[in-house]
Amino acid sequence: MAELVKLNINGREIQAEKGALLIEVARQNGIEVPAFCYHEDYTLQAACRMCLVEIEKTPKLQVGCTTPVAEGMVVHTESDVVKKARKGTLEFLLTNHPLDCPVCDKGGECELQDMVFRYGAGESRFVERKHHVDEKQWSPVVFFDAPRCILCYRCVRACNEGMGVGALGIGNRGVISEIVPNQGDHLECDECGACIDICPVGALTSGSYRYQTRPWEMDHVGTICTHCADGCKTTLGVRVDKIVRGNNRDRSGINNEFLCVKGRYAFDFVEHPERLQSPMLKTAKGHEPISWSKAISLIANKFGETVLAGGKFGVVGSNHTTNEENFFLAKFAREGLGTKNIDHHRTGDLATFFDALSGKPDSLASSGDLYNVKAVLVVGSDLAQQHPFLSFQIRANFRHHNAHVYAVTSGPVREDNQAIASVRVQKGGELAGVESQRDKLKAEVNLVIVFGDAIQGDALRKLVAFGDSLGIPVKYVCLVDYSNSRGAFDMGVLPRDGGLSREQVLAAADLDVLWVVGANPLKNAALASKKAFVVVQDLFLSETAQQADIVLPAASAYEKSGTVTNVCGEVQKLKAAAKVMGTKTDLEIFGLLAKEMGLNLGIWLPDKVFEEIRKTVHGYNVPLPIVATGGAAPTMPLNGRVAALPGSIASANDTLFTSGSLSKYSNVLNAVMESPGKLYGGEGK
Amino acid sequence: MTFSPQLEEIFAKMLQQYPEGRTRSAVVPMLIYAQDEVGSVNRELIEEVARRCKVTPLQVDEVVGYYSMLHRKPMGKYHVQVCTNISCLLVGGEELYESAKKKLGIGHKQVTADGQFSLEEVECMGACSWAPAVEINYDFHHFVTPEKLNQLIDSLKRAQ
Repeated sequence: MAELVKLNINGREIQAEKGALLIEVARQNGIEVPAFCYHEDYTLQAACRMCLVEIEKTPKLQVGCTTPVAEGMVVHTESDVVKKARKGTLEFLLTNHPLDCPVCDKGGECELQDMVFRYGAGESRFVERKHHVDEKQWSPVVFFDAPRCILCYRCVRACNEGMGVGALGIGNRGVISEIVPNQGDHLECDECGACIDICPVGALTSGSYRYQTRPWEMDHVGTICTHCADGCKTTLGVRVDKIVRGNNRDRSGINNEFLCVKGRYAFDFVEHPERLQSPMLKTAKGHEPISWSKAISLIANKFGETVLAGGKFGVVGSNHTTNEENFFLAKFAREGLGTKNIDHHRTGDLATFFDALSGKPDSLASSGDLYNVKAVLVVGSDLAQQHPFLSFQIRANFRHHNAHVYAVTSGPVREDNQAIASVRVQKGGELAGVESQRDKLKAEVNLVIVFGDAIQGDALRKLVAFGDSLGIPVKYVCLVDYSNSRGAFDMGVLPRDGGLSREQVLAAADLDVLWVVGANPLKNAALASKKAFVVVQDLFLSETAQQADIVLPAASAYEKSGTVTNVCGEVQKLKAAAKVMGTKTDLEIFGLLAKEMGLNLGIWLPDKVFEEIRKTVHGYNVPLPIVATGGAAPTMPLNGRVAALPGSIASANDTLFTSGSLSKYSNVLNAVMESPGKLYGGEGK
Repeated sequence: MTFSPQLEEIFAKMLQQYPEGRTRSAVVPMLIYAQDEVGSVNRELIEEVARRCKVTPLQVDEVVGYYSMLHRKPMGKYHVQVCTNISCLLVGGEELYESAKKKLGIGHKQVTADGQFSLEEVECMGACSWAPAVEINYDFHHFVTPEKLNQLIDSLKRAQ
């Protein structure tokens, strides 16, 4: 416990840690000190002068954001002199700031607007013309309106420190100083939009959201991003069943203030004109719309006939559907169809991973561990490209706790900037690279090893053995690609006990039924069986769906309830935000099919299925209140032997601007992909 | 980008003057020295300084935008800097600047067609005791009158 000091704020005796910042101490005790430039995650700036407070025995007002508390300090935050100072600061900030809140995109959620309402002067003593600069567009998603900027440097710090990109700076000086992008007139960056979220005023606005609506006209639905496996919470702004914005201003998720371009903008696939909205039957003339009841009965009949005839099924599950859906599908396949041939596109060797960790509880790192651990070893992955949130956590850990970062990769990665050791290896030589750091790693207090799909099978066992031999507590993150890859594995969408793998199913010439749920296995492979009846549930007419006998329009993750498990094994809840007419959730489709076939697989409501998951799936007996209230509940490692599985494992090597087949249908991702930037030359390229 | 051996020596010493991890501090002196040798702060120089000081080119660009004595385009062989801050202003700094404009036929931060002279209206140079003051390149001239400045410019012209 650090040394405590006693101080007095507004007549209240307060105890605080010595050296803590006055503004933080005040906030922790429910006393709000207004500030624009202060942000607890980033370096101090003291640029806005809004947090001036009166400290007795100090002749002038002091800025609360850089003043450490001291014993016996007597502080006033609401005295007349402080209020007058705030009024003066606001008058200054408004000298060149346009007074047109009704047409500003930030109106209603603008910190400057709020402050002026509370402390500001009704009129200004400035009579000079306001300095005007025209608005600029820096990228498809970032607009900048210089006169509205109050030069708080929040965006600059978020980009430099938080993202590690450094695409924003301050150009010129004095009254003409303004935020400038790194490429002169445009941005070359992650396009994450963190600068827009963190902007306290309407200076930085979002290309896809601006002038669409007012914040108070939206419902704000906190759900989990459906793109990569990191499981960031994105708060979707929904107006009349249409998603207009994604952000995380409430910072309630594991990702705190972080979101990448996918989480913030790539919800637009939901509204894509090519979304399937009716079941379709393949006829001589191509795919023709049919009713849901007809589609369900056709499929149920075919499934039923094949079961009776002892035919061969192949089921391919999804990396994107919920735990409930995966669980129900696995149950459907095993109990309803009597087949073991069920698999999904596996992107990380979880089977070997869990097996290698059997008997080693507490070996799975949470996303929070990456922020708190003393040392991180990244093996064979360009995190900034493939797992931007994990990369953000490591940067934050380095910034706040001076974590030791090691990178063993085949090309330059962003972690090099934080790394005390960057080792370049040929693909396949990762283990030797790791071994070369043995002595340094041994000296660490504790360690998290994050590894990509380059480490699988034997190499994975060797990596875990290496971790064991260090003699320090080691935790692991086995990287997987998509929003619920981990869940698909945990729920048993796997060819266990001698089932056929995805590849074997596609190659089986005697396959009778191929049932594909939210996947696109025929994109790069052909179906060997000519007689197979193909059923596909998907959002779009993918390469696989084009070959299907019946296509069912499925709801996306942003249109359903349920839970997903992220790359670190944390279970989080999805909340339905939008509705797309004609679609059904995969779970509902399974339920209807089961009913039509006369199977008893239990109730197909997400909550009921989750209850069953909690009872039956190992490690998923997670506290319900955490999940229900939108928290992230860690699952337990399996802690038992896991049998090896047939089939191959490969990451799709998505970049920051791609997301499997979904990215094809996101206009924003396609727009910003035009300038992927020079920043990346690492893995996956 | 390569510099002269003398400059490289200065830079090598310079980078050791700051505590570890604070190479950013070397941005300003490095730019000033390099500008004298290169003639201006061009894009190539910005990127070179960024590389040496381990910052982004944008962070160097911020500095160049901030300091008026860093020029993105080459100035003349003789860079005439006239102070018009308060002390000089009281004893004829403004008139001196106007006369220089007429004499050279150029304005603030402009260069004569032959590239020999450039003019800049500068802030206080710390020569208030000898106001009005003019600085040509790194040479100070005190108690300057328009006539004296004209003679000075003429002598520089002849010296070529």
